[in-house]
Amino acid sequence: MLELEYYLILSALLFTTGVIGVLVRRNAIIIFMCIELMLNAANLAFVAISRSLGQTEGQVFVFFVMTVAAAEVAIGLAIIVSVFKHRQTINVDEVNSLKG
Amino acid sequence: MSRELIVVLLISPLVGFLINGLFGKFLKGNEKLSGGIGTLAVLVSFICAIVAFAGVQGGAVLEGDAGVLYEWIAGEGFTFNIGFHVDALTTVMLLVITGVGFLIHVYSIGYMHGDAGYTRYFAYLNLFVFAMLVLVLGNNYLMMFVGWEGVGLCSYLLIGFWYERQSATDAGKKAFIVNRIGDFGFLLGMFTLFAAFGSLDFTAIFGAAEADTFQKVFGGSTLVIATLLLFVGAVGKSAQMPLYVWLPDAMEGPTPVSALIHAATMVTAGVYMIARSAVLYELAHTGQVVAWVGVLTAFFAATIALTQNDIKRILAYSTVSQLGYMFVGVGVGAYASGVFHLMTHAFFKGLMFLAAGSVMHAMANELDMRKMGGLKAKMPITHWTFLIGALAIAGFPFLSGFWSKDEILHSAWGSHPAIYVIGLITAFLTAFYMFRLIFVTFYGQSRVASAVASHVHESPPVMWVPLVILAIPSAIIGLLLGWGGHGSAFHHFTESVFKAAKEIGNGAHGEAAGSAVPFMIISAIVGLVGIGFAWMRYSKRTPAAQPGTALHKLVANKYYIDEVYNAVFVQPIKNVSHYLLWRVVDTGIIDGIVNGVAVAIRIIGGTLRRLQTGVVQAYIVSMVVGIVIFLAYYLFIS
Repeated sequence: MLELEYYLILSALLFTTGVIGVLVRRNAIIIFMCIELMLNAANLAFVAISRSLGQTEGQVFVFFVMTVAAAEVAIGLAIIVSVFKHRQTINVDEVNSLKG
Repeated sequence: MSRELIVVLLISPLVGFLINGLFGKFLKGNEKLSGGIGTLAVLVSFICAIVAFAGVQGGAVLEGDAGVLYEWIAGEGFTFNIGFHVDALTTVMLLVITGVGFLIHVYSIGYMHGDAGYTRYFAYLNLFVFAMLVLVLGNNYLMMFVGWEGVGLCSYLLIGFWYERQSATDAGKKAFIVNRIGDFGFLLGMFTLFAAFGSLDFTAIFGAAEADTFQKVFGGSTLVIATLLLFVGAVGKSAQMPLYVWLPDAMEGPTPVSALIHAATMVTAGVYMIARSAVLYELAHTGQVVAWVGVLTAFFAATIALTQNDIKRILAYSTVSQLGYMFVGVGVGAYASGVFHLMTHAFFKGLMFLAAGSVMHAMANELDMRKMGGLKAKMPITHWTFLIGALAIAGFPFLSGFWSKDEILHSAWGSHPAIYVIGLITAFLTAFYMFRLIFVTFYGQSRVASAVASHVHESPPVMWVPLVILAIPSAIIGLLLGWGGHGSAFHHFTESVFKAAKEIGNGAHGEAAGSAVPFMIISAIVGLVGIGFAWMRYSKRTPAAQPGTALHKLVANKYYIDEVYNAVFVQPIKNVSHYLLWRVVDTGIIDGIVNGVAVAIRIIGGTLRRLQTGVVQAYIVSMVVGIVIFLAYYLFIS
């Protein structure tokens, strides 16, 4: 049985990786995957703390997050497909028509 | 007397106004119908007024709660009612307003024939009669004020009736603005009375004032302040110094309007108001102020009238002057005499204005009497009626003006000999300028332009019949009602109205001492001498085209009062408005603030829009930075 800290550290690393990925990558699909990474980092923290406290609410939350993530994937991928159809690219730097 | 009668009397002109005003479009082109409706409406009122007059004979009055029609405004501790106060004074005013008003409506049918604004004219005229009736019928100052403003509005509308003419609209505006100054005083006077008495009802105020229960406001000077403020209103409405300047210009309106509003009725509202408030003026001892303003105005306006050449303007200054006499009357405590002069003046001045209108009608709207002369032969009826009016105003023995003016002068002697002397000089001037007008217009050689001369004619019956009817009271009403001076029928009739004021004032005004006969003889001689001088000077000659001496020039230019007012009041206000209020405050400060806000927002927006790069990741960076800062703050600092 590992200490709670290890799980949380892993979770933090995963989350940070996700944030950095979102910030630095230009490919929309990669950005998308990094968002999923952040979500799952949060899930990991939920589960670990739930386990450590001996309560189940955190695990219930994880199911919600997974459901929402699934829905998000469905919509997000659809958007990406349709952006690609319009612009022949999924490089987010080139999709900046909302510039002020 | 029933309230229903008074309601019919009051509403009838309003109905006439509504018909002509709202449905004028359907009456267009049908002069007989719209003129007939307007005239009929006033005739109904006139008949009611006669009935009311007969009802008052026995001393019966409609006042206090009996006269209340309904509650108008109710508040914490006060109510304002729509209610009537009908006594001898009211019925005299009613008869003058509806009687003279009716004749002038008849006359207007002929005079306004063919005018594009025929129905509009009768609508306004009816509205005026309604407002004037409200003014004299109200049993409280608020209703009086409503009427007061109503007649002011109608006066404005009718002076500017021919609104295509710049001079007419200017004159209308001038009348309105000058009247507003007076009305402001009236309003403040009303507020003062309300503050002191908690009511605006005549009976409540007069009763409380006599019982001396008003001293809580301004110490004991409440009534002095209130009466003087009300008098400011009267000065504006009744064209006294220094607010008389609007009345001569008001002659831009149609002549019957000048006769009705600016001679017979509206301008006498101030006299009526003071006569109505007689108790207050006696308690406050402010009658002296009224009398002095009146007599100085009378003299001042008479001197201007000496030098004018425009018929209507002479009559206008004459009106100002005669109104001054009325104020002398009510100022020296001779309320009945002042009101009596109001009545006789309504007849003879209304008559002369209508006769002047008849002359204008014949002369293709010419008003300069230097271009007339010898009209007697062409217009006999106009001439004779005008002559009767002029004799009456000049104080020719036994005509109406003789009696009423003499009563006032007699009372003035008892009050202050100086007022009497100035009044007497004014009487001389009055006789002189009136007969100057008569001689130059109707006698001597004809100087009528040849183009006009061919169709100078007597006016149609619809116009000369009212002249003849008005000439009758102008001639004989003084004899009928004024015989006996202060013991006359008119004094007897109005005795009950002024009884309270007389009792308070006893001693304040020296009682009109001694027999009136010497005064009458002096007045008669002065009047006749004035007529004689005019005959010597003007029966053969016409007035010089240009004023000769410097004094003549000064008077002919009306003492440059208009120019002085223009320089002292109008121009500074215009300059302040233009350079300070418009240039600085409006365009500088107000527009500056409004535009400044817009400019500032545009600059801020222009700067901030650069944040909106359209690159989603840039947004996320700022979000992450924000989160990091917050987290750092909560974790490590707080």
